[in-house]
Amino acid sequence: MSADERMIPCSQAVRQLWDYLDQRLSPEEHADVEKHLAFCRRCCGEMEFAKELQRFLASHGAEEIPPDVKEHLERLVEEL
Amino acid sequence: MEKAWHDRSRHAEDETETDTKQAFERLAKESIPRLFGMARRLAGDGAEDLVQECLMRSYRSFDSLEDRQAGLAWMQRILVNAYRDRLRKDSRTVQEVPVEEVDEFSLYRTLAEEDPLPYSDSLHVDFLHSFGREDVHAVLRRLPEIYRAPLVLRYMQGFSTKEIAKLLGTPLGTVFARLHRGRKLFEKELWEYANEADLLHAGVTR
Repeated sequence: MSADERMIPCSQAVRQLWDYLDQRLSPEEHADVEKHLAFCRRCCGEMEFAKELQRFLASHGAEEIPPDVKEHLERLVEEL
Repeated sequence: MEKAWHDRSRHAEDETETDTKQAFERLAKESIPRLFGMARRLAGDGAEDLVQECLMRSYRSFDSLEDRQAGLAWMQRILVNAYRDRLRKDSRTVQEVPVEEVDEFSLYRTLAEEDPLPYSDSLHVDFLHSFGREDVHAVLRRLPEIYRAPLVLRYMQGFSTKEIAKLLGTPLGTVFARLHRGRKLFEKELWEYANEADLLHAGVTR
């Protein structure tokens, strides 16, 4: 089997998914994951879910500050 | 280096003390909500103290801020520094989680196999949507600090991995390893929390 025909196993593809999404893999590794995804439906599902999780985390980064805490911190700034 | 010093001292000459104080106040007040959100994700109940510490530190070194347009990012870095110093003082030993315990877990597969929302057409998305803000907060609290901090900084606050390595004083390779394990742990804790808090059951009957 030539190097072009080899296929990485699901376990490896899944392990590399987030790095794949972050564009952090070498060009060869990137191509290996892409090739795997092209034929493996379950890993495509894993990838869609990884994207969903990233969106989920990003959407929970901010938080409403309670008004009394905000007021207290602003007062601290004025008194510095 | 010499030029930076020169620019700063000239900057200070042009600006009166009152101007500087006002500029700091403006920046700080604008930044407080964002800083608080970040502090809460990192430090939980200690968030307010952490923001206070950050405000005092940034006030003391405000003269060293050259680009005031980048003031928020500068204060965020100060906040992470304060957080890191606090962790160092904390005498609790940091527990690494054994790889084998989490590495094999896949929330995607677990959901597909357990099918906790039988009436859902988009099970995986609906599962995530069953978490409210406080639920996410509670799940994050379950992660050991060493995994939570990189996860929060990378995926919730958008810092680059290189910057996280610098901020946390950790080698880049360690940041990647902890991000990987942190994501797995987060998935596992989401699943366990959903079961313990009966989130899914509530979702079906609502």
